Amino acid sequence: MRVVLAEDLFLLRDGLVRMLEAYDFEVLAAVETGPELTKAFAELEPDVAVVDVRLPPSHTDEGLQCALAARRDRPGLPVLVLSQHVEQLYARELLADGNGGIGYLLKDRVFDADQFIDAVRRVAAGGTAMDPQVIQQLLSRRAQDKPIGQLTPREREVMELMAQGRSNAAIASQLVVTERAVSKHTSNIFGKLGLPVSDDDNRRVLAVIAYLDRGQQ
Amino acid sequence: MNGKKMLAEAGRTTGRGLVLAVTALAGSITLFVLSVLSITFVLLGIGFFSTPYVLTAVRAHANRRRLLAATWSDVRIPVPYRPMPADLRTGVTGHVERTTLMLKDPATWRDLTWLLVDMTVGATVALISVGLFIYPLDGLVLAAGLWKVFEDNPFWYGFVPVDSQLTGLLAAALGAAIAAVGLRYGGDIQRGHFLLAKSLLAPNQDQELAQRVAHLTETRHDAVDSSAAELRRIERDLHDGAQARLVAMGMDLGTIEALIEKNPAKAKELIANARQSSAEALTELRDLVRGIHPPVLAERGLGDAVKALALRLPVETDVQVDLRGRADAPVESAAYFAVSEILTNAIKHSNADRIWIDMIHSDSMLRVAIGDNGEGGAKIGSGTGLSGLERRLGTFDGILAVSSPEGGPTMVTVEIPCELS
Repeated sequence: MRVVLAEDLFLLRDGLVRMLEAYDFEVLAAVETGPELTKAFAELEPDVAVVDVRLPPSHTDEGLQCALAARRDRPGLPVLVLSQHVEQLYARELLADGNGGIGYLLKDRVFDADQFIDAVRRVAAGGTAMDPQVIQQLLSRRAQDKPIGQLTPREREVMELMAQGRSNAAIASQLVVTERAVSKHTSNIFGKLGLPVSDDDNRRVLAVIAYLDRGQQ
Repeated sequence: MNGKKMLAEAGRTTGRGLVLAVTALAGSITLFVLSVLSITFVLLGIGFFSTPYVLTAVRAHANRRRLLAATWSDVRIPVPYRPMPADLRTGVTGHVERTTLMLKDPATWRDLTWLLVDMTVGATVALISVGLFIYPLDGLVLAAGLWKVFEDNPFWYGFVPVDSQLTGLLAAALGAAIAAVGLRYGGDIQRGHFLLAKSLLAPNQDQELAQRVAHLTETRHDAVDSSAAELRRIERDLHDGAQARLVAMGMDLGTIEALIEKNPAKAKELIANARQSSAEALTELRDLVRGIHPPVLAERGLGDAVKALALRLPVETDVQVDLRGRADAPVESAAYFAVSEILTNAIKHSNADRIWIDMIHSDSMLRVAIGDNGEGGAKIGSGTGLSGLERRLGTFDGILAVSSPEGGPTMVTVEIPCELS
């Protein structure tokens, strides 16, 4: 799988390149700045990009803007955005086009190589990887809402993992239950929230996130 | 202008002129005499007891005129008085102290000069504006028949010798002309009265500079204090938080090194510990950074930073932003933390379930209004968070206004002068 990487801190960039190569990714380019990233998007055909939000030269949200622009040119281009902090505001902008292939994670998540690589693969395959913090923020806002209050603690747990973009199999192994149990929970959740059931994993994730994000501008 | 409007205008100008004339004559003369007496008696000692009261009354009298000037003629006269120190003593020494302070304030002497001018020139100008409407009435009465009285001995109405119906009518015409002048210029004449007051009551350049210096000294003091407190807080947070976690991590790594061959299972456990410590250190650093300078503020500016902040609140919050460009970083940061503090207050105390934030920049002024539908009762006072905020905004010449009646709703407004780029 071919990756473009944009990260301005040398240590982290180097570490990420080594980690990705260790998991058999082909790193097409590991760039440092926004303009270089734009060039890499234009010239190379990556299967997935891993991008830091804050990049030189402006040290503002250049990486995020580059990623959004690249996805406007190539809808659905898989991008995993990394940041020192996660904001619902940015998550919303990344999800706004409704196409899959979006990830938004705290940089801390690279500590767990297996999970991080799993997230990169998921995004590359058109799925979603939302940071647990984003989902928790969304949930805490809606915790008082009736339909969410009706969920059992287990169902809430499943919903959190689902909203992060995990597959049923991944949820099952994390919670140490069977996949059948997880799919029973998910259909309960969709029933209680009044969401249409979908077999498509990614559509399911987006539906849950959209539900949680509803009613907030 | 139709007749009704003209009559209303004439009535208003006459009324205002009368009020000005009466206060200028009765008020200013009384207060001037009292002030002179009281200040003279200071030499005998008795004056120490009366002077603060008399001078306070003078200031109130002048302030009333300032208010009328602003509401009637849109003439704004700033207040030049030096603030009284908060720790004045009571009793005799307090009276002496107060009298001395007031007499040392140049504004006091300018006030007294104004009283003198007000009771003479000021009153005359006010009376002219009244006369322009009263005198025409006389002309009307002459035309209506009063001229008969003067058939043998002409009555001079202006330059018209009235002794017949014809000259009576001429007098009425002259009166109408004077009234027309009054309608056209009555307001300006009263404006002239206020401008005269302004020339004496407004602070002169020296006083303005002195006030500015006093304000800057105070706000600089506040700024130094609050940044020192901020640094202490950051130091403590780092010392107790991230630093301690890194020490723990280092210790774990040292033990792991020693154990890795003898007891791999234990080493693995400690590796998990070390990773946990590093994650916690990162979380703490992230929170600390958010408290120093929120990342979204650096990346996107004030509008989006407040939007991101609103999304973290447990209460439904609407944010409207109309900012074309970005303010200087210190102003952005001050505005952001002001909003953040006001929101924290609202969440903690108001019991609101809706909050509105409206941000706009116009006329070189950044205005942020934050409203909620909670219980109200918030006020700026000693010891409340809002007065600390007011002081911090003072460094930027910013203003904080709070409207929060018991029972709500609350509306807090922050204004900071700044330019966007």
